[in-house]
Amino acid sequence: MNSSPSTILPKAVSVPARVSPRRHLAQAAPWLAAAAVVGYALVVGGYPATVVGFALIYAIFVSGLNIFMGLTAQVSFGQSAFAAIGGYGSAILTTQYDWTWAPAMLAGLAAAVAAAFVIGYPTLRLKGHYLSMATLAIGLIAHEIAVQWESVTLGYLGISGVPPIDIAGFELSSDRATLTMLTVCVLATAFAVARIRRSRLGRAFAGLAGSEDAARALGIDVARYKLLSFLLAAGFASFSGSLFVHVVGYVSPEVFSLHMVILSFTMLYVGGIGTVVGPVIGALVVSVLPETFRALRDYQDLAYGAALILLLIFAPRGLAGLFAALDTRRKP
Amino acid sequence: MSAQAQKACLEVQDATRRFGGLVAVNAVSFQVKPRSVTAVIGPNGAGKTTLFNLISGALSPSSGRVLFEGVDVTAEPPEAKAARGLIRTFQLVKLFPELSAVENVKVGCHLRTRGGLLAALLRPRWARRMEAETEERARVLLELVGLAATADQPAAALSYGQARLLEVARALAAQPRLLMLDEPAAGLNADESARLATLIRRIADDGTAVLLIEHDMHLVMNTADEVVVVDFGKKIAQGAPDRIRQDPAVIAAYLG
Repeated sequence: MNSSPSTILPKAVSVPARVSPRRHLAQAAPWLAAAAVVGYALVVGGYPATVVGFALIYAIFVSGLNIFMGLTAQVSFGQSAFAAIGGYGSAILTTQYDWTWAPAMLAGLAAAVAAAFVIGYPTLRLKGHYLSMATLAIGLIAHEIAVQWESVTLGYLGISGVPPIDIAGFELSSDRATLTMLTVCVLATAFAVARIRRSRLGRAFAGLAGSEDAARALGIDVARYKLLSFLLAAGFASFSGSLFVHVVGYVSPEVFSLHMVILSFTMLYVGGIGTVVGPVIGALVVSVLPETFRALRDYQDLAYGAALILLLIFAPRGLAGLFAALDTRRKP
Repeated sequence: MSAQAQKACLEVQDATRRFGGLVAVNAVSFQVKPRSVTAVIGPNGAGKTTLFNLISGALSPSSGRVLFEGVDVTAEPPEAKAARGLIRTFQLVKLFPELSAVENVKVGCHLRTRGGLLAALLRPRWARRMEAETEERARVLLELVGLAATADQPAAALSYGQARLLEVARALAAQPRLLMLDEPAAGLNADESARLATLIRRIADDGTAVLLIEHDMHLVMNTADEVVVVDFGKKIAQGAPDRIRQDPAVIAAYLG
């Protein structure tokens, strides 16, 4: 009785998608551009290396945000909270409890993901603007806790003297060593996002992004996958927060303020939301560009806002979308 | 046919749904037999889509029960019903517009595939094989509905008729036990509509029960084994297509 519907299918006729050399180039171009910027910083060292290093840390944070906002089409203004948990976790455990960096980072990660679970479970039932407001509140609350819980976080003073990451006894304290380590971290993050994107999990995210009703009708547990996406984003946020405190050696509430949220949104949209390379190229461009206009420093936030608006008008799919436009696909 | 085959695939018992003072669906009962095509017809605003939503779980009934393969599934959410093999399409097509046609169908394979975060990151051999099978299966299903040529186009670029057919292919990817189609022929040209009629018969003959809402009487008369007629939320007739065509109550509802 249980005949499988597959028997009604005709013989498989696989039509592989053709990939032109031009398309390969269009895909590689943003990566090559990013590699050029990082390569320059590696060679020059000094201040450019510091700027690019921060950009790479942001690239990881924004990649996580991209899983939730790009792949899953949800909105969160509160991811800074999870970066704060990771950052403070690493800073407190290494300076006050003499943990080494790796277990401290993992503990911070576990705490951030646990917090995301506790926060996400009730709030992800909210939709659209309500979810945005709830997540904005989470970011502000985390910032407030970092300021007020002085016995642990030292308030505005911040925690200094966080040791750099060391691997097999070798401290990654030089510009170039730090930059190399961060590059490896960014590549690993991008690799993870790329694999998630092209998997059953990524398709479930894309399904609920496209239509929650249709996704549920196909058996996708929308609430579960939304939460999973939120946890992944929180995990990458925490990872980037931990990297930040080890690279800078210092953490204060200011690091995880609303400015961080604005900056990361700019990077995501400038780079290209929903793409793998977008967060990386966006983080690099948004970090490096202001340095070329140092005289405008007071108007930095204004410039970000203007850049965001101009990009939304002229390149709605971000810089990654512009690169993709190089690829002129033949119509069948 | 064994006795089991006669057992209803879907049984709707006194399904009722009120919206304030309006009774959109009023104590409707009917059964869908395995391997059969059942059509729900009725004038616009008769409550057909509301009835569909009650069955699929998009709405919960004010009273009444929905039994799927003998199990009371009245209170289950859509994804739980889908997991049992009750898969629907939508009157207003709901595709994933950013994805290509073939990716849309691959999303439909969700229930028939396995793997979460670890499978995605580590991509073990079984996951790679499953991905390849999913891709092949999706392309075969597109071929089946006549969309092979548009497999790699974004769903948003498809015509209305193509989008409808894509939604059917996506639903088939979930290997339903009961396939519910909400006006699948709306917006289809004559060719596409004829192809759809053949496809629906094939799906049913192969063992998947089909329940459809349809305005295209030609399609209904060509494919349905059983027709349920609703008007003002009530079932006014049920029977074989030939009988329904001559039923005075049905003629009155449509003409009067």
